[in-house]
Amino acid sequence: MEREALNRLQWRCTRRALLELDLILGKFLAEEFPGLSEDDKQVFAVLADMEDHDLWPLVNGTEECEDARQAAVVAMLRKSEVRRPQ
Amino acid sequence: MSIPVRKYDAVIVGAGGAGLRAAIQLSEAGLKTAVLSKVFPTRSHTVAAQGGVSASLGNSEQDHWHWHMYDTVKGSDWLGDQDAIEFMCRKAPEVVVELEHFGMPFDRTDEGKIYQRPFGGHMSNFGEKPVRRACAAADRTGHAMLHALYQRNVRAQTQFFVEWMALDLIRDEEGQVLGVIALEMETGEVVAFHAKATIFATGGAGRIFYSSTNAFINTGDGLGMAARAGIQLEDMEFWQFHPTGVAGAGVLITEGVRGEGGILRNSAGERFMERYAPNAKDLASRDVVSRAMVTEINEGRGCGPNKDFVTLDITHLPPETIMKRLPGIREISIQFAGIDPIKAPIPVVPTCHYQMGGIPTNYKGQVINDTGATVTGFYAAGECACASVHGANRLGTNSLLDLLVFGKSSGDTVIEDMASMPKAHKELPANFADKTLARLARLENQTNGSSVNDTRLAMQRTMQNHCGVFRFKDKLEEGVQKILEIEKQVAITEIKDKSKVWNTARVEALELDNLIEVAKATMICANARKESRGAHVRDDAPDTPEMPNGRNDKEWHKHTLWQRDGNKLSYKPVNMTPLSVETIALKTRSY
Ligand SMILES: Cc1cc2nc3c(=O)[nH]c(=O)nc-3n(C[C@H](O)[C@H](O)[C@H](O)COP(=O)(O)OP(=O)(O)OC[C@H]3O[C@@H](n4cnc5c(N)ncnc54)[C@H](O)[C@@H]3O)c2cc1C
Repeated sequence: MEREALNRLQWRCTRRALLELDLILGKFLAEEFPGLSEDDKQVFAVLADMEDHDLWPLVNGTEECEDARQAAVVAMLRKSEVRRPQ
Repeated sequence: MSIPVRKYDAVIVGAGGAGLRAAIQLSEAGLKTAVLSKVFPTRSHTVAAQGGVSASLGNSEQDHWHWHMYDTVKGSDWLGDQDAIEFMCRKAPEVVVELEHFGMPFDRTDEGKIYQRPFGGHMSNFGEKPVRRACAAADRTGHAMLHALYQRNVRAQTQFFVEWMALDLIRDEEGQVLGVIALEMETGEVVAFHAKATIFATGGAGRIFYSSTNAFINTGDGLGMAARAGIQLEDMEFWQFHPTGVAGAGVLITEGVRGEGGILRNSAGERFMERYAPNAKDLASRDVVSRAMVTEINEGRGCGPNKDFVTLDITHLPPETIMKRLPGIREISIQFAGIDPIKAPIPVVPTCHYQMGGIPTNYKGQVINDTGATVTGFYAAGECACASVHGANRLGTNSLLDLLVFGKSSGDTVIEDMASMPKAHKELPANFADKTLARLARLENQTNGSSVNDTRLAMQRTMQNHCGVFRFKDKLEEGVQKILEIEKQVAITEIKDKSKVWNTARVEALELDNLIEVAKATMICANARKESRGAHVRDDAPDTPEMPNGRNDKEWHKHTLWQRDGNKLSYKPVNMTPLSVETIALKTRSY
């Protein structure tokens, strides 16, 4: 992904309405995202554009993700643990 | 150097609850209105509010705005301005019903009225017993509210500038505000929004602390911009802390967990709240619990390798209760503390939650300068503003109300003021963009500078350690020196990425320029206020018979004003004259 697109994604991952998602998406972007396939990167970008109250229940497991491709990336997000800010 | 200029009747910075409410007034009145936001409007932090919005609708039992007013004055520890508080509480039913008409899906009673539930500090009959005053939309009140307001704005054809960051106010020699200078992230272009009226609704600045329930976006940009433009900030020593943020991450664990039987424990496993509040125990008020937690940590009874947190224990509750009554809590603990609360207690610390101070305004939303006069063309509403309705401590659900009431009133005042303004825009001063462009150029050309991340972290740790829930004379004095040192690092931040388009490193450096202004104001005001009041609690101002709760009305019943230039402090009296009712006289605050 080009720098511009990556930076835009970074902004949208770390300036969320919910702190929970700032923490999880920010960490995921820094640590896991670079190793994803191009397809999964696109899926992640779509997830990152979702409203916080649609995405957060998927990530915290209180709701199931219906789209199979998204579910795989959501599963990775669910596993991520964030202990300290930034 | 010149920059492109766009002309509007009004520009609003911020598209959270306050900004969107103000925009509705202006757009519906036919004014050409621009709303700038760092993020898409419905990504604003208002979305995080769960608890509800207060209004004395009296749908579930008898209630009255005057009782609401009394609770708010008392909650503020008598630092709130009584004209503004009366205004807010009287207007509450009207703005909540209006919101309902905008399409807000409030929870309902069987008869179809807005359902109301009790919330800490809200009482009937002048403090007698809890009253149902909070209106909610499940646990998504803020989200539902923001969506209703956004839709209404779409209908009114408000013009949004999304992913634009306002950088500075434009002020002329007479002190009149003529708009803002802003950066479009997508292009890197710097543009002036020339307006007859400018409303700030930029939200809070909770990221000045290391441990904060606030999302990363809360960097106090409006306060930074106002301070740089020579506007004082009011009552910045007052920050509300929530007792149970997950240690490290800050994510909020709701009071409901203690309501369901959660117990706070120290390193010895002791239920320490029994010593501090024998009756209410773990359910004592937020400030009492927070202080008890900090005392445990300070006296060496904290948990973990650094003994820097206590724990919230729900292991004694049946797993079904945890899953059913406390949805999401297990997931939060696992994801942010690595702890399954069914098996082990959750590490928690008191965590910065809400900023009571801000840009000084009157109840009409007009910004007030040090002489008490209004700053022509400048208005503020919401968490960035200090009207002051929350005084030294905010009541839960009063913030969403503040957004609706003062968002609306600032819009109405702009319309009123505009009627007596000349038709043409006042001319911009010749070099209006110079300071902003110099700031950008400095950042661009900095070499051998400091790292934005490291400097921000140093600031956050200093605020946390020196100006937290419980404040100590020596720590505060040292904190002032440290923050002034860190300010020097902020002045030489360096970014490696020099590109124009989507340069997030630049934006983060610019946010830090704002955070540091708020941090300085907070530390300096806290160091100066030698009493305890509301959320500002000093070890050297303890509870005594002469001064209950350490509050010293004789010397300190007044608002603090901090001026960026020279870090000067001045004070102004609290407004004790409500609009129509009698003064609510000073009394000891006890529940
Ligand atoms: C976890 C949590 C739960 C809460 N629960 C409740 C509750 O139940 N009830 C209650 O009453 N209160 C609650 N509060 C407090 C309340 O939510 C906030 O005080 C309130 O939402 C702030 O609204 P606002 O409109 O002032 O700002 P925000 O909603 O924060 O919006 C600020 C806006 O300003 C924009 N902005 C900022 N800087 C710039 C810039 N430089 N350029 C352009 N745009 C900018 C942002 O993009 C955003 O659109 C809660 C707070 C938190 C953190």
